[in-house]
Amino acid sequence: MHVETVIAGFGGQGILFLGRVLATAGMIGGYHVSWYPSYGPEMRGGTANCTVILSDQEIGSTISDHPDIVVVTNQPALLRFGPLVKEEGLLVINSSLVRGTGHCPTVEVLNVPGNEIAGAMVGDPRTLNMVILGALVAHRPLVWEEDMRLALEEILSGKKRELIEINFQALDAGKKFIRERRDAGVSERPNE
Amino acid sequence: MKTVFERPHSLFDLPYPYCPGCHHGLAQRLIAEVIDELSISDRTIGVGPVGCSVYIYEHIDVDFVMGAHGRSPAIATGIKRSRPGTIVFSYQGDGDIAAIGTAEIIHAANRGENISCFFINNAIYGMTGGQMAPTSLLGQKTQTSPRGRKVQTEGYPFHLCEMLAVSEGSAYIARVALTNPRLIKKAKEAIRKAFLTQIEEQGFSLVEILSPCPTNWRLPPLEAVKWLEEHLMATYRIGEIKVKEGVTNAC
Amino acid sequence: MKRILMKGNEAIAEAAVRAGCDLYFGYPITPQTEISEYLSSRLPEEGKVFLQAESEIAAIYMVYGAAAVGKRVLTSSSGPGISLKQEGISYLVSAELPAVIVNMSRGGPGLGNIQPSQSDYFQAVKGGGHGDYKTIVLAPDGMLGQMMEPVVFTEPQFDPLPPKDWAVSGKEGRKRRFIICFALDPQELEKVNQALQEKFRAMERNEIRYEIFGDEHPDLLLVGYGTVARILKSVVREGARKGLRLALVRPITLYPFPSAVMKEKAVQAGRVIDVEMNHGQMLEDVRLAVEGRVPVHFYGRSGGMIPTVEDTLQKVMDILSREGVKHENGI
Repeated sequence: MHVETVIAGFGGQGILFLGRVLATAGMIGGYHVSWYPSYGPEMRGGTANCTVILSDQEIGSTISDHPDIVVVTNQPALLRFGPLVKEEGLLVINSSLVRGTGHCPTVEVLNVPGNEIAGAMVGDPRTLNMVILGALVAHRPLVWEEDMRLALEEILSGKKRELIEINFQALDAGKKFIRERRDAGVSERPNE
Repeated sequence: MKTVFERPHSLFDLPYPYCPGCHHGLAQRLIAEVIDELSISDRTIGVGPVGCSVYIYEHIDVDFVMGAHGRSPAIATGIKRSRPGTIVFSYQGDGDIAAIGTAEIIHAANRGENISCFFINNAIYGMTGGQMAPTSLLGQKTQTSPRGRKVQTEGYPFHLCEMLAVSEGSAYIARVALTNPRLIKKAKEAIRKAFLTQIEEQGFSLVEILSPCPTNWRLPPLEAVKWLEEHLMATYRIGEIKVKEGVTNAC
Repeated sequence: MKRILMKGNEAIAEAAVRAGCDLYFGYPITPQTEISEYLSSRLPEEGKVFLQAESEIAAIYMVYGAAAVGKRVLTSSSGPGISLKQEGISYLVSAELPAVIVNMSRGGPGLGNIQPSQSDYFQAVKGGGHGDYKTIVLAPDGMLGQMMEPVVFTEPQFDPLPPKDWAVSGKEGRKRRFIICFALDPQELEKVNQALQEKFRAMERNEIRYEIFGDEHPDLLLVGYGTVARILKSVVREGARKGLRLALVRPITLYPFPSAVMKEKAVQAGRVIDVEMNHGQMLEDVRLAVEGRVPVHFYGRSGGMIPTVEDTLQKVMDILSREGVKHENGI
């Protein structure tokens, strides 16, 4: 297995954190992993993206020209990174903030209304990132669910411990969204 | 027979390389005397500068670290933070401490770095041949202010002691001159207080020593002393400029 | 052994602590500030010293002072800050004081930007400050600053160190010592310089390190260090899938430069491509090493642009096809 994922959105949406949880869970699961961030000089409100690679081989380049998976949480991210997804790759879209799906006919699209789920089901819009990750992993099992919990425990140490539970709830909410959709018979199809 | 005068043990028996009438040798002798009297020669580390002051390491018998122009307070910081039990002093000229090394001295003082700095102010660059120093007086002619230092173009004489005294980190700041025995005695007291401030861990100490440079002032030694008393001491007031509460008065 | 996901900056800082770093002096600059931040809490835990200096210049001279008393001391910075430290580095060499300096390099010249770059190669390996000198320059594998990868810490193993019979400490009853960075007499300074050159020759004999990766009988030798070497490993693998025979020489020491192995592998392959994140700096050393025996091609990006696997592979195929090298799939 070798999966390259790019996650992109606004600074402050928890993009880098999302990638970090994915990479840490992958590491706990025994993969070679890398997490490579790229962000503007602004700490908040600018654009942020990171590349996470999970592989059963030693990782060479930690930058992805054509990712297997692209996750976008805002419109500019879709415009910039949508076209890069590999043929038959997966595009995960935060449909709460993103209109349309770009023009990538051979790509599988997974729409997740992240902000709505984070607000209504988790009760904290800041958990958007974990909702999206929960949905992604439920749809495409890149890492074990248990390893994501261990990853959260490893990352949120010390004073941040109290945040583990709500983050886990958000992962769960994302997973539920995918299950319910599957039960309702919605299938993912290539971009219309 | 009673010995009434001898060479300090911490001073090597070597002729000084300084020009006739220069007070560097006198200042270094006083530092050596105080090191002897406080019995600290075994745990003292000197930090040497660039400029005429550079020769100090050849004359005072303590461990020395020679460094770059202006950076002695940073080097002294590195030494003192590494070995807090040592007594660390720098010896710097006016270009060194009050021009190129201004940032280092201000921040060492402001951190309350527990070191002692001795600053030889002769209002001119000696070793490079008589260019204007930050401490040159208004109207003073030098190789780079041939028509005399003007406020409009060169600004004002630099009062380092008064600037450092403002900082809460400085504990003992004094300005002295060595032009007569009474002043020499006072200067030695100030040097002693600076070391004691450090030994008692009260914080940063600095003694500015006004010194003539007959060669670059283009004056015979005696006239240079007179010029120092009449002009340099008029711009740079001698005396204790700051004695922080807690700094010892034992002299 | 436990794997921890860490940023490169933090891994460097933790490694320094475990290697016995006694003091750190630094000044904040992106993209290496995490080194300072990490050490500001970690070093005091170990009873060691952290101090944020007023400038890069002050920081390097604090390093100088700490090194003079024989302590193990570290500073770190990036591009513009490393430029400011050059004066002090020249003095450290002159005084023969050991210290570790980390340059998390960024785009230049001038303020440039904060993106990864290899623009400081010349500065690092050709001396950098004034005077006739070299410093050992290590180029770790990867884009270390902000990137996270799993890290495993092992107990550092040291050869026994020689006694520091040169360090100042206060005389403590012995004959006094001094650390000196000048020799005013020309004959004396030449002797000092000759002794330094002797030291550099010893580095060239003993300290060269490199990694070879890929095909044992390559048609093209790839050369790159640091971040680029990681990309070139992917190029070698990707190329092998297309039937291309590629190998990589990655210098681990940039000074002393692994010239002998570079020449041997280059001659064996018949052609070289050097890839860098600048406009051709190590290229000069590669060409010197190869001594004109085979063509040396170059591909470089700068300003924070990173060569992609795809583009680099295209350059590789262009060279092979231009030079008429056939491979299994035929070009």
